[in-house]
Amino acid sequence: MSKNDWPLWEVFIRSKQGLNHKHVGSLRAADAEMAIENARDVYTRRSEGISIWVIESNNVYASDPSDMDSLFEPSQTKVYRHPTFYVVPDGISHM
Amino acid sequence: MQLAMEQKYSQEELEKRFQDKIDNDIKIEPNDWMPDAYRKTLVRQISQHAHSEIVGMLPEGNWITRAPNLRRKAVLLAKVQDEAGHGLYLYSAVETLGADREETIDDLHSGKAKYSSIFNYPTLTWADMGAVGWLVDGAAIMNQVPLCRCSYGPYARAMVRVCKEESFHQRQGYEIIAKLAQGTPEQKEMAQDALNRFWWPSLMMFGPNDDDSPNSALSIKWKIKRFSNDELRQQFIDVTVPQAELIGLTVPDKDLKFNEETGHYEHGPINWDEFWEVVKGNGPCNEDRINTRRSAKENGEWVRAAANAFAEKRKMRVAV
Amino acid sequence: MKEHLFEYLLRLGDDSLILGHRVSEWCGHGPILEEDIALTNISLDLIGQATSLLKYAGEVEGKGRDEDQLAFLRLEHDYKNCLLVEQLNGDFGMTIMRQFLFDAYRLPLFEALIHSSDSQLAAIAEKSLKETKYHYRHSAEWVIRLGDGTEESHERIQKAVNSLFKYHVDLFFTNHVDDALLKEGIVPEMKAIHNKWMESVKNVFSEATLEIPSNNWEQSGGRLGRHSEHLGLLLAEMQYMQRAYPNMEW
Ligand SMILES: [Fe+2]
Ligand SMILES: [Fe+2]
Ligand SMILES: [Fe+2]
Repeated sequence: MSKNDWPLWEVFIRSKQGLNHKHVGSLRAADAEMAIENARDVYTRRSEGISIWVIESNNVYASDPSDMDSLFEPSQTKVYRHPTFYVVPDGISHM
Repeated sequence: MQLAMEQKYSQEELEKRFQDKIDNDIKIEPNDWMPDAYRKTLVRQISQHAHSEIVGMLPEGNWITRAPNLRRKAVLLAKVQDEAGHGLYLYSAVETLGADREETIDDLHSGKAKYSSIFNYPTLTWADMGAVGWLVDGAAIMNQVPLCRCSYGPYARAMVRVCKEESFHQRQGYEIIAKLAQGTPEQKEMAQDALNRFWWPSLMMFGPNDDDSPNSALSIKWKIKRFSNDELRQQFIDVTVPQAELIGLTVPDKDLKFNEETGHYEHGPINWDEFWEVVKGNGPCNEDRINTRRSAKENGEWVRAAANAFAEKRKMRVAV
Repeated sequence: MKEHLFEYLLRLGDDSLILGHRVSEWCGHGPILEEDIALTNISLDLIGQATSLLKYAGEVEGKGRDEDQLAFLRLEHDYKNCLLVEQLNGDFGMTIMRQFLFDAYRLPLFEALIHSSDSQLAAIAEKSLKETKYHYRHSAEWVIRLGDGTEESHERIQKAVNSLFKYHVDLFFTNHVDDALLKEGIVPEMKAIHNKWMESVKNVFSEATLEIPSNNWEQSGGRLGRHSEHLGLLLAEMQYMQRAYPNMEW
């Protein structure tokens, strides 16, 4: 980054009341106010949102893809966490 | 992360795992291991694509202040603005590959990086706003729709957004040209002249013939590309010729004919010498386009510096 | 009354039209992509406002002129925009200062006009007010950033103040048109708008460490159709198609 470049921000938009903020992309801005305004102009030109979060990209910590197996595979064998694991007698509904 | 993976697996294994993912249509994400050549190809292609969006603002921007009525003015402005957005989405995608946006832009300004040569042609009349939207955006869409399924996640996602926004671009262009084609003799002539000038350069947008396109095979194997240049060009001709006929315009190709057997149009020879000259920098507007972009950046230098300085001061004040 | 309202709508509409045109000149040339997009949004809002205002003006006039005929086919002295909006873009600092001085005037004006006894004008004001709030926020933040940014940016934006401040009186020009409309409750008292404007300018300038020029020579005449040299050239470009190809549809 040369000295006059602005930091990168990640943008999250809530598209309508009741939904999560969802990552939509990134942009550059000198400060948080500007990041919000730029996000509004760049990512909500077609009424895509009603709320915006921005976070400076270098504050995001990501899991390491090479850890994928150890992080996520163990849960695959824990089938008892899913309702379909259990047998209920015929005729039972709403459970 | 690249490193962690490299400690765990041999180069061969890494490459095999990578290609397996691609073959199974599993997207590659920024931190995943990828071959250097894949990364390089993507950086080149995505940044070229981003540059094309940004330089592509200029030929149409040329008519914003001369649009003939308020509706057309607003539509054109919104359209050119979208292209700025597209550039931005794409620069963001390049940054996920570790390339720096400003450095990529400097490569454009120094002539090291290329952009679509179509934007080195001038827009001389209002009808060109029609021709550009109809033909240039039309050709771009044809290229871009398959890219929504590209193997690299951030690029594919950017393209989904781009394609959604593109849908009005071609329509507004066709609307302009159709209106002219139904208008006064002067307007018709203007429309035909625009088609005459933009037809061949639009066909060139798909790039050289497959035989002369050395990178294509690898790009197809990596699912960065899904169709060859010639396939896409043919598809474009097949849909566009009837659109011209419908509004009474003539495609400027005396060899053009429909082949009943194949169901495709056959076209005359493309002037590849002209194409390569324009790519090399000898098109009618290459210099102007780059100079314009360069001065926009230079004139903005003090603005960007000021915003940073102010943000710094504000942080300090909060800290005190 | 009709001709007064017509005249007043031209002032509002032409301000939006001419400033929208000026800001649109930035499209493709902004200091950074994000700001290019922001400026274009502002321009689009202004052109939208111009469209509604001039359309209504045409209806009030009742001579069958639509918004496009009003926008593209009047002579220079029939445009009633203030002098400020027709000034050249200059550097980004000049554009931002012009925008700020205008937004600080437009914001309280639209805030008042939403209570206009003319319901159609009130409706246009309500929609425009939302847009203007955002424009004001954007331009005021930038004035502060540039004023309190680097030495260079401070110098540049102060220079913009010095060259544009003389046009501010023109914003608050009133004559018998305003008097008549004020009596009908159609427009607000301009004095109140001027006071609010002054307050915003003082607050933002103080945060931005900018000074109001001591030389208070004033330029006005825009509302009477007496413009600077810049408007004629702007119109030559804007009207080109309509003049070169009269009576055609696009
Ligand atoms: Fe685009
Ligand atoms: Fe487009
Ligand atoms: Fe004053």
